Amino acid sequence: MFDYETLKLIWWLLLGVLFIGFGVTGGFDLGVGAMLRIIGRTDDDRKVMINCIGPTWDGNQVWLILGAGAVFAAWPLIYASAFSILYPAMLAALFALFFRPTGFEYRAKIADTRWRAFWDWGLVIGGAVPTLVFGVAFGLVLEGIPFHYDADMRIIMDGSVMDALTPFALFAGVVSLVMVSMHGSAFLNVKARGSVQEQARRWLRILAILLVALFALGGVWVATNLQGYVLHSTGDFNHALTPLNQHVTRVAGAWINNFHNMPWMWFAPALGLLGAVLTALLRTMPMLALISSGLSVSGVILTAGFAAFPFMLPSSSLPDQSLTIWNASASEHSLGLMLIAACIFIPLILMYTSWVYRVLRGPVRVEEVNKGEYGTY
Amino acid sequence: MSDLLVELSRFQFAFTALIHFIFVPLTIGMSFLLVIMETTYVITGNKIYREMTQFWGKLFGINFAMGVATGLTMEFQFGTNWAYYSHYVGDIFGVPLAIEGMMAFFLESTFVGLFFVGWKRLSKYQHLLVTFLVAIGSNMSALWILIANGWMQNPVGAAFNPDTMRMELSSFSDLIFNPVAQAKFVHTVSAGYTVGSVFVLAISAWYLLRGKHIEFAKRSFAIAAGFGLAAISSAIILGDESGYTVGDVQKAKMAAIEAEWETAPAPASFTLFGLPNQEKMETDYAIRIPWLLGLIATRSVDEQVKGLKDIIADNEVRIQRGIKAWSALQQLRNNKQDKAASQQLKRYQDDLGYGLLLHSYTKHIDQATPEQIHQAAVHSVPRVAPLFFTFRLMVICGMVLLVLFIAASWGVYRNNFMRNRLLLRAAIFALPLPWIAAELGWFVAEYGRQPWTISGILPTSLSTSSLSAASVGTSLGAFVVFYAALTCVEMYLMIKYARKGPDALHAH
Repeated sequence: MFDYETLKLIWWLLLGVLFIGFGVTGGFDLGVGAMLRIIGRTDDDRKVMINCIGPTWDGNQVWLILGAGAVFAAWPLIYASAFSILYPAMLAALFALFFRPTGFEYRAKIADTRWRAFWDWGLVIGGAVPTLVFGVAFGLVLEGIPFHYDADMRIIMDGSVMDALTPFALFAGVVSLVMVSMHGSAFLNVKARGSVQEQARRWLRILAILLVALFALGGVWVATNLQGYVLHSTGDFNHALTPLNQHVTRVAGAWINNFHNMPWMWFAPALGLLGAVLTALLRTMPMLALISSGLSVSGVILTAGFAAFPFMLPSSSLPDQSLTIWNASASEHSLGLMLIAACIFIPLILMYTSWVYRVLRGPVRVEEVNKGEYGTY
Repeated sequence: MSDLLVELSRFQFAFTALIHFIFVPLTIGMSFLLVIMETTYVITGNKIYREMTQFWGKLFGINFAMGVATGLTMEFQFGTNWAYYSHYVGDIFGVPLAIEGMMAFFLESTFVGLFFVGWKRLSKYQHLLVTFLVAIGSNMSALWILIANGWMQNPVGAAFNPDTMRMELSSFSDLIFNPVAQAKFVHTVSAGYTVGSVFVLAISAWYLLRGKHIEFAKRSFAIAAGFGLAAISSAIILGDESGYTVGDVQKAKMAAIEAEWETAPAPASFTLFGLPNQEKMETDYAIRIPWLLGLIATRSVDEQVKGLKDIIADNEVRIQRGIKAWSALQQLRNNKQDKAASQQLKRYQDDLGYGLLLHSYTKHIDQATPEQIHQAAVHSVPRVAPLFFTFRLMVICGMVLLVLFIAASWGVYRNNFMRNRLLLRAAIFALPLPWIAAELGWFVAEYGRQPWTISGILPTSLSTSSLSAASVGTSLGAFVVFYAALTCVEMYLMIKYARKGPDALHAH
């Protein structure tokens, strides 16, 4: 059907689809969680916020799980390397995520202020910490992580993970948190009524403007200062490759090369910026603002992916062993099989997910929540 | 790899997986019980069945949340703690996991929210469809996970690729139609249905004993009794021993379970009880039943069941062949054009994994001494006593449950179970049994595969990440604290809402 080289490229794009799927749907859930104590001033507010996402967050989070599963299957070496090298960060995200299914399900089960305050903070942690970690991970993908492989392809860490927590990685974490909080506010602006909607709208403008500023600053940082990676030689992309036989150099500002070579790629950062600007401007038209916000999230994720292409996990200690889409993929057979599965199931997922959202359409008001009419969250 | 790191990583995986499997079988079983209850409502129009679906659904939700939370760990853990494993077999093992996400977990998770909040927004047919999709999703999920696990037990449809230094998928149909995976799936979901049935049966019995919610509890008890009888029968008859006849490591597992040290003439006798002695390789005080093992294991009277001593002797030969494969691989790495090495690898590659077993004894596998090879062979089969006892305990739990469900179904058939206080009490005391059986079953399956993570292919000691033992020790401590706290919360809420009974639905 496709040759191996094309399959690798398709799976890189599909991974982008999964990340964007998570950013755009799971993103507003995380954002609502992160903003729970900021937008939600009272218990009623917070109840409204939780009921806005309560019935659908679980499905949205599967984009993340599927993303991890797809990395495992399509890019085994990246899954193995990234998850083990970033061990403390990955576990911090994991432990924070424990608070989400339990928080959403258990918070309403006991009417006690301390009980609810506990789960409120749990949901804040469950929203903010994974968002920060995923942002830091994206930052590290651009910056590189200290690791290399021995002849058996065993991953060896060069230095501790704390060395990897560079200013740029932390900066990327903050961008991620601002972006996701903006998106969460945009969702509340559509779904909630009353004081939650008012607060969400106010924060929406602040966060969108902040995102524009930070994203632009990040662009300047990457273009002028940050060490990018350049792939010089490797084997035939159409064959099974390992990171053991290639030549890579580090050059400041090299992450901009792709945009110079393929100017159409500029649409991604443009989308990131323009989407955020429109989000701020269109905030009184909630649905349009939410779409703009979603486009902005997609643009930001794409920008990082385009900049790094074809790198997926550069090694800062031994750049020659950096992982790229050409040398870290699964076999041709597995990629082909999973592509067939993805072509069948992803359209189905989109269909039934939109049906569920259609059934649950309509605003969430505090009176209905308190009557228990909307749900159980 | 330090031994401590390997042991801590194993312990962390075992702990997180066993806790995960407290919640999973209840989800699998309850989801179909909810479908049965709601179907009855849709067909009869009797509102009490809707109430049942909603009340048991509430308990289902409390449990479901923990299943999701602890399931995330499993998705992360192969990469965080078993990085070499993930690299070495991700090309095969990752495929069923990714398909599970697309086909099953998405379905289950997208519709589960609608199950709780959709009662007023959906017609009753639509809502039943939603419930059904949640059940299908959770059961399909089990299917793909067990295809992945079945491959670890009996790795078919894959071959080693020296260019990428890993195993790669060669046949997708071999992977999904792996007889071990099929046997495991049927056995595991049956166990899940049993867990769900005992759960509903025990709580209903508790209401009946206290004379509360009689109409509600009667119907719940009846449904659970019928479904549970079918489930436990299926779990026992279609026990996954049928999967132990294929694959050499599976055969070693069975020989260990049965404390079968020597290859006995067919049909072998079954060791009902005894005290396995690993040093002397014999079973003290053994009580044996003639013929039975041969019949169970081979479904024949003339096939032999291979004993552990012979398996160890076979494995010693395979380790020697594995050394040849390993040496060829080293030569091939230095010179890709080395035709002789390439042919030697091809000839011996099925035993490469056995060569890797020597890694625990020497860094230079090709210079292993005969004593080291012998030691590796002796340790190429699992320890007998833990498997021997856990397996028997699991079977006892299963038998007790079978008796319980026969009695319960008989009581339902005679319509006198409400007054049979002995039966109702027995149902309450049986509550932990299906969980104990399920956890023991996983212990047998996974401990019985040692010293391998992938049978015959990748030793456990080579599978871990390159982490410090301190990191894994810390994370293990954090898992114990978090899981203990969250499980306590879950149990507290479960008991609280079970005590409240169906009246809690109206006083929201």
